[in-house]
Amino acid sequence: MSDATEFYSSGEPIADTKAPAAAPVEERWTQRKFDVKLVNPANKRKKTVIIVGTGLAGGSAGATLGELGYKVIQFCFQDSPRRAHSIAAQGGINAAKNYRNDGDSVHRLFYDTVKGGDFRARESNVHRLAEISTQIIDQCVAQGVPFAREYGGLLDNRSFGGAQVSRTFYARGQTGQQLLLGAYQALMRQVDAGNVELHARHEMLDLIMHEGKARGVVVRDLMNGEIKSYTADVVILATGGYGNVYFLSTNAMGSNVTAAWRAHKHGAYFANPCYTQIHPTCIPVSGDHQSKLTLMSESLRNDGRVWVPKEAGDSRRPSDIPEDERDYYLERIYPAFGNLVPRDIASRAAKNVCDEGRGVGPGGLGVYLDFSDAIERLGRKAVEAKYDNLFQMYERITGENPYEQPMRIYPAVHYTMGGLWVDYDLESTVPGLFVLGEANFSDHGANRLGASALMQGLADGYFVIPQTVGEYLAKNPATAVPDATVQAAVDGVNAQVEKLLSIKGERTVDSYHRELGHIMWEYCGMERTDEGLRKAIGMIRALREDFWQNVTVPGSGDDLNQSLEKAGRVADFLELGELMCIDALHRTESCGGHFRAESQDEDGEAKRDDENFSYAAAWEWTGGDKPVLHKEDLVFEYVKPSTRSYK
Amino acid sequence: MKLKLRIWRQKNAADKGQMVTYDIDDISEDASFLEMLDVLNERLALEGEEPIAFDHDCREGICGMCSLVINGQPHGPERNTTTCQLHMRKFKDGETIDVEPWRAKAFPVVKDLVVDRSAFDKVIAAGGYISAPTGTAPDAHATPVPKVDADKAFVAAECIGCGACVAACPNGSGTLFLSAKVAHLGLLPQGQPERDSRVLNMVQAHEDLDFGGCTNTGECTIACPKGIPQEFIGRMNRDWLSASGK
Amino acid sequence: MAVTGALMVLFLIGHMVGNLKIFFGLEEFNGYAAWLRTIGEPALHHEWFLWIMRVGLVVVVVMHFGAAAELTARAKRARPVKYQHRPKVNGSYAARTMRWGGVIILLFIIWHILDLTVGVANPHGVHGEAYQNVVAGFAPDRWWVTIFYVVSMIMLGFHLRHGLVSAVQTLGAKNPKHDRTLNVVATGFAVLLSIGFLIVPISVTLGVVD
Ligand SMILES: Cc1cc2nc3c(=O)[nH]c(=O)nc-3n(C[C@H](O)[C@H](O)[C@H](O)COP(=O)(O)OP(=O)(O)OC[C@H]3O[C@@H](n4cnc5c(N)ncnc54)[C@H](O)[C@@H]3O)c2cc1C
Ligand code: HEM
Ligand code: HEM
Ligand code: SF4
Ligand code: F3S
Ligand code: FES
Repeated sequence: MSDATEFYSSGEPIADTKAPAAAPVEERWTQRKFDVKLVNPANKRKKTVIIVGTGLAGGSAGATLGELGYKVIQFCFQDSPRRAHSIAAQGGINAAKNYRNDGDSVHRLFYDTVKGGDFRARESNVHRLAEISTQIIDQCVAQGVPFAREYGGLLDNRSFGGAQVSRTFYARGQTGQQLLLGAYQALMRQVDAGNVELHARHEMLDLIMHEGKARGVVVRDLMNGEIKSYTADVVILATGGYGNVYFLSTNAMGSNVTAAWRAHKHGAYFANPCYTQIHPTCIPVSGDHQSKLTLMSESLRNDGRVWVPKEAGDSRRPSDIPEDERDYYLERIYPAFGNLVPRDIASRAAKNVCDEGRGVGPGGLGVYLDFSDAIERLGRKAVEAKYDNLFQMYERITGENPYEQPMRIYPAVHYTMGGLWVDYDLESTVPGLFVLGEANFSDHGANRLGASALMQGLADGYFVIPQTVGEYLAKNPATAVPDATVQAAVDGVNAQVEKLLSIKGERTVDSYHRELGHIMWEYCGMERTDEGLRKAIGMIRALREDFWQNVTVPGSGDDLNQSLEKAGRVADFLELGELMCIDALHRTESCGGHFRAESQDEDGEAKRDDENFSYAAAWEWTGGDKPVLHKEDLVFEYVKPSTRSYK
Repeated sequence: MKLKLRIWRQKNAADKGQMVTYDIDDISEDASFLEMLDVLNERLALEGEEPIAFDHDCREGICGMCSLVINGQPHGPERNTTTCQLHMRKFKDGETIDVEPWRAKAFPVVKDLVVDRSAFDKVIAAGGYISAPTGTAPDAHATPVPKVDADKAFVAAECIGCGACVAACPNGSGTLFLSAKVAHLGLLPQGQPERDSRVLNMVQAHEDLDFGGCTNTGECTIACPKGIPQEFIGRMNRDWLSASGK
Repeated sequence: MAVTGALMVLFLIGHMVGNLKIFFGLEEFNGYAAWLRTIGEPALHHEWFLWIMRVGLVVVVVMHFGAAAELTARAKRARPVKYQHRPKVNGSYAARTMRWGGVIILLFIIWHILDLTVGVANPHGVHGEAYQNVVAGFAPDRWWVTIFYVVSMIMLGFHLRHGLVSAVQTLGAKNPKHDRTLNVVATGFAVLLSIGFLIVPISVTLGVVD
């Protein structure tokens, strides 16, 4: 394998210094809470906290910090905090309540999460997450989140991938919505009380730095284009994931990396950018008009059977293909787990059969998920009771009735495990800049288990940041930020806006985004190769150059201008995409959501390389030159790395 | 498909605005309504014209950001479906389609089809919550909730805050939205301590924010993409009367 | 709104029952009209009860109308810019005609009082001779009066059909379990009341009563 150092250079290792590593893992959080300095109540009122983002992470943080008495200034780009993309999460949220008495415990959740992350996450953080999980459920129930209940009035649980216990709490298929509304309502209570100053439809476009610390943000008021600045004692980013770098993903249209990326340019390291989760059960692309992909709950694989025709190019209708000419490939390759193999394996298997030309539907990018057996076995009524809402959603989108013909599904980008590097306190490498939720890299390693992103977002916001931010504030009395510093940041943003508007080229922003997405999906998607990644880096660079010469952004900067908003986001994706490819290129092992074709065993299973890659890769921005790699070594004291097998 | 679109264009809040006609061709039946607008917007951008502004985010029918009154119906002709989930196969080739923003004083137009719905946030801020300071909660199983109540509360809590109810209501009333939140929290034991103040304050805020009054015409429920039932309005009235009497 | 509406409904029930007495002939009907004026005697002076009721009704109508006007004004304020594409009516027709229906009913009441109470709009117009007034008022050659009554009563039917259900909802007494029953009762009541009123003018016009 050729050397990738032409694309990056290596720097000092990096380490988390905040977790009390000397204590046993189950005592570290308690210890840390005791060690942190407190801000006395009277002083809290004098401390201003900026929070960017109102999803589960940001919303819960704003509500809690406001309640504690800090002066909070909060932003989101949607027209209401309630619309953050957390709203779309369907399946559920994990918690080690052991209400089923089926052997669950904090330790087991900790164990499952570390293993699920393919041994690429920090044990201290994951353990804390598992500890806090139980408090989250209590908190949400107290707020009135209508979780599913049983006839006895107690909470119901379901099981989810990657776990042998039933620990997932849910609210029909809308768990994210209900949790977010709980956080949103708590946040609005603080808005009403005057503790939180809320700015919806404001997009953060830069970080204001003073004396090496994060001290404020520059935002654009999306309603009227005004560029404004806000300063504070500390800045918290909770801006979600960057899956939209692929153009097509299950993320919302507005999800972006902009806030994180601009912080990255001020010195916040970006960790593990290449770890991408690709979800196997999404509705396939139907044509060039496609703007996003819709997730179909993973639970469908409990009763649906996945198959493709045995012959490549078989274009008969599914009902005309006889049983012995069908290939139920998951059941064939993974007899033990069958259709229920983990997400990454199911996704890759689908890609493989489609690459062989056996895919179905438009463009041959799809496989069947067939319920006819289940309908025969359980009866249509039972299938309806379980899945009717999903079937309806499918029919609405595709116009096909899944009771009569098999669903078509295809994998799609779903979640990004990478994000800004943070320590145990959730502080980035920029002092005074904290990062929560999907925007950080902290808890999921190389692969996230189902129902644990919601848990992480709420743990970060309700329970971690309220403790750790106090330590920073107590130790770092803020000095006034000079007007010139603020003005310089504002000028920088204005300059970028003007630049984008003045190019007046020939191609639309979306066309660049779509092309970038194609490159990323093709070369940095489900399967990555040395050769492909190198090619992709070249293509992205060329595309980026062309973007800055040839993009057209109609309209002006001084009113609502959605093209301009998109242009700024795509500009950042064009830089992030390159870093993702570099990260993927340098990590020559396969692990979790990162599969390198060169690193697989005889059966085509992912091969991890613990000897060389048991670290988190934290990338430093160098002004557009080669990024610098800082490695954080991962130590596994409690969960010993082993190979996953699902055969 | 070939379509004639008549779309409301309005430069900003101060502009009067008017319907503008666009002809569009080669639209796939499998495209969603918003994807159809994307195609039109790509064309406008290339022609140097400003694309049509419209709100959207998740495109999965859950965030409540998309809006649009299509041929006089909020979220278009398909029941229980948001605009982003509406697909072009529901329209006829050659059809003329009128697209307008939500129209309500409480939701002023920002630009084209984009309106400002922050009034809804203010209604929630007035009392649409349960005061449960972080960290003080008892164990989740401390208070069992009868399944019927929990399920009903869930139905009410499904509201996505899109505002279609206001757009559809002949009185420009947000009562369905308001009542859904009152019912969601009022049905749960955790919501009891603030039940009276919640309904009084929220109803007052709703009135102060220039929403119309409800005369039970029931258009809202039909337009509501989540089918929030009108019965919650009756429930809220009951709560309000009983709270006012105290 | 609901309370005033309900009071008017009570009046209407009584009024309808009274009107139907016309089928028992002149004496009985006029006697009834005369009796109306003696209710409460001797505690009350002659016609006092009637006047109290009249004042009460006027107050109720004014309050009802006032509330309706206020709601309408609020609705206008709440939607200053109209839809270009006429909004599709998905709900009930009755609900959509409450305002215009109400106005028609109000006009009807004014005409009706001029016609049968004050008598200026009635060819007979003699106090105390209610029967004759009715017969003269709806005489076949005055078919247009009858038609106006018919139209008004149909509007009233619609107004009540929606009004009843609406009042129950407004008073928070609606229970979704009994929705169907309530709808049937409201429809039945509205139809019954409309027919109960209409039967009198129609009978007169057709010559059944003369
Ligand atoms: C379809 C789908 C289903 C899922 N299902 C599950 C599930 O069942 N269980 C589970 O655990 N996880 C699930 N996930 C993952 C989970 O929902 C997310 O990871 C999580 O909700 C992220 O929360 P967040 O608070 O970090 O970010 P988000 O909720 O994405 O919030 C980001 C916030 O930041 C704001 N923002 C972003 N950029 C800017 C900017 N530049 N300026 C100002 N504001 C900005 C946005 O306005 C928003 O308020 C799912 C994800 C998807 C897409
Ligand atoms: C003076 C002329 C009238 C006007 C302008 C009028 C108008 C209205 C309006 C606008 C409503 C509102 C609908 C609602 O709140 O649900 C209403 C309700 C109602 N009206 Fe009338 N109306 C008039 C006369 C009457 C009469 C004569 C009756 C009775 C016989 C009546 C009975 C009702 C009832 C029962 C309601 C329902 C009240 C509620 O829902 O709270 N109205 N009317
Ligand atoms: C269509 C059938 C109706 C007939 C035949 C009818 C007949 C009469 C008669 C004969 C009187 C005079 C009674 C008297 O002076 O002693 C009267 C009075 C009155 N009617 Fe009717 N009526 C009808 C419908 C209605 C309706 C639908 C309303 C209300 C919406 C109404 C409201 C009144 C009122 C307010 C008075 C005045 C009572 C008073 O002040 O004495 N009537 N009606
Ligand atoms: S009640 Fe229905 S229409 Fe109204 S805001 Fe909620 S979801 Fe939208
Ligand atoms: S349409 Fe309007 S009048 Fe009431 S029942 Fe719905 S809010
Ligand atoms: S875009 Fe989110 S509901 Fe339509």
